[in-house]
Amino acid sequence: MKKEDIERLAALSRIEISDEEKKGLLEDLKSILGYVGEIRELADAEPPHAAGELRNVMRDDVPYKRPLATSEELLAGAPEREGDYIKVDQVL
Amino acid sequence: MNDLGMLTIRHARELLAGGELSALELTEACLKEVEKKNGELNAYLEVFDDARAAAKEADRKLKTRTAGPLAGIPLALKDNILSKGKVASAASKILSGYRATYDATAVKLLKEAGAIVLGRTNMDEFAMGSSTVNSAFGVTKNPHDPARVAGGSSGGSAAAVAMGGALGALGSDTGGSIRQPAAFCGVVGMKPTYGMVSRFGLMAMGSSLDQIGPFAKTVEDAETIFDVIARHDSFDSTSLPDAMRARAGGKTKAIGVPKAFVESEGVDKGTLSNFKESLGRLEAKGFSIKEIELPHARYALAAYYIIMPAEVSANLARYDGVRYGERVKGGDLLATYMKTRGEGFGKETRRRILLGTYVLSAGYYDAYYGKAMGARGRIKRDFEEAFRHVDAIATPTTPSPAFMIGEKAKDPLSMYLEDIFTVPANLAGLPALSVPSGKSAEGLPLSLQLIAPYRADRALFDIGKAFEER
Repeated sequence: MKKEDIERLAALSRIEISDEEKKGLLEDLKSILGYVGEIRELADAEPPHAAGELRNVMRDDVPYKRPLATSEELLAGAPEREGDYIKVDQVL
Repeated sequence: MNDLGMLTIRHARELLAGGELSALELTEACLKEVEKKNGELNAYLEVFDDARAAAKEADRKLKTRTAGPLAGIPLALKDNILSKGKVASAASKILSGYRATYDATAVKLLKEAGAIVLGRTNMDEFAMGSSTVNSAFGVTKNPHDPARVAGGSSGGSAAAVAMGGALGALGSDTGGSIRQPAAFCGVVGMKPTYGMVSRFGLMAMGSSLDQIGPFAKTVEDAETIFDVIARHDSFDSTSLPDAMRARAGGKTKAIGVPKAFVESEGVDKGTLSNFKESLGRLEAKGFSIKEIELPHARYALAAYYIIMPAEVSANLARYDGVRYGERVKGGDLLATYMKTRGEGFGKETRRRILLGTYVLSAGYYDAYYGKAMGARGRIKRDFEEAFRHVDAIATPTTPSPAFMIGEKAKDPLSMYLEDIFTVPANLAGLPALSVPSGKSAEGLPLSLQLIAPYRADRALFDIGKAFEER
């Protein structure tokens, strides 16, 4: 793992990281990967595992009769809004 | 009585039912303890201003005998569990000021049962840590020794119960986050079977591992809270349907000890000798102790620290400064994302998101994530094999008692090793209970962990209660 890998991961996960922190993160991740890499000792593959028991969970495709929150309550949490819209920076 | 906050839920219910104590008096007593101790210990992030009103309402219901099983009992909530209208920040800057728009199902059930929600408790940011050192709002100190951590990530809930600031609490457990702080603070903590308690309204960390569970002073009290919150919920597709909730397993007789795993490198000598004493106590209660093997348990921690960050990297993508929480403007949308997440997330959160992104990326997926999921399957099968011979498995909850604040802060890996005994139950979806088992030479609490088969949560309460009796 190199500094460029940290930069690529930071860009992929949309997190701004200072140059100084990149160095520390590189050391931390190397040490953690060294430890969790033990898992590669497990030679023969095993089918993927799911927690709990596998079963289908279905429901009718209709809206809930009693919504848990009003749109006003949800909009009240937005950092910026304009009327009934959440305001964001220009996308294109 | 000055120490009402130290009452058990059982005793408090008797006093409340007999009219010897009012819910308001009990609530005031807990709030007084919080006022006295929270400045130093930092267990609560906020005490809710409507707790007294809820207590008065509980008193009315107690008089008319329409009270639920937790009527008038003051409880605390971990800061990643939603209570409608209240701030829920997961101890993160990125959610500071966020108010919940609905009740988590577990909270709704507690309120319907008459419980008084006193406030929200401190934690490691987004439940990532074993010390609450990763909170954006300062560390929670251990009520038994304020120079030491309360454990984590649900350290605030554990400390709140231990200091008499609540009669019980809810926490969440992804890799030990209820059991480890319970052990450090000398209280009971339980992680239910995956799917027993609805995760609806719990901020997701590792969705295939997370469970909400109770903290209390006794096993019986933990069971009382569990009975209220363990219900099927159509809002959580992993919630177990009613047909799967019938009592699993019969009488518990044999308890297995994975000797090689328990005696792993780095486990404190005092912890091991206390564990042996605990096994003796269980034998004295009529349980037989059998040595068992969990051959893949030594891979559990490595598998956990691959699977959990992978799920974290996906689950925390929603905190982008668009719909809720803090927004740091950056000029265009991408720069706003980068700045919001760069400044809003703490160091450990950033570290785990990057690690998770790495183990899921092309070229590394098979080497890390794929192998970890394979190990998870083997660990689960190890348990299934062991449970053909025994009814429960015992280990210490933690490899050592509470450590000093700052002790493991520099090396994240040393902190991860704290979770060695607790993560296997999460990987396999099994129920596990931590029960206080005595004190270390320095006078710090130690605990016994019991793990039961899938859906055999009741077995834990049965054994735990027998173990507590002196």
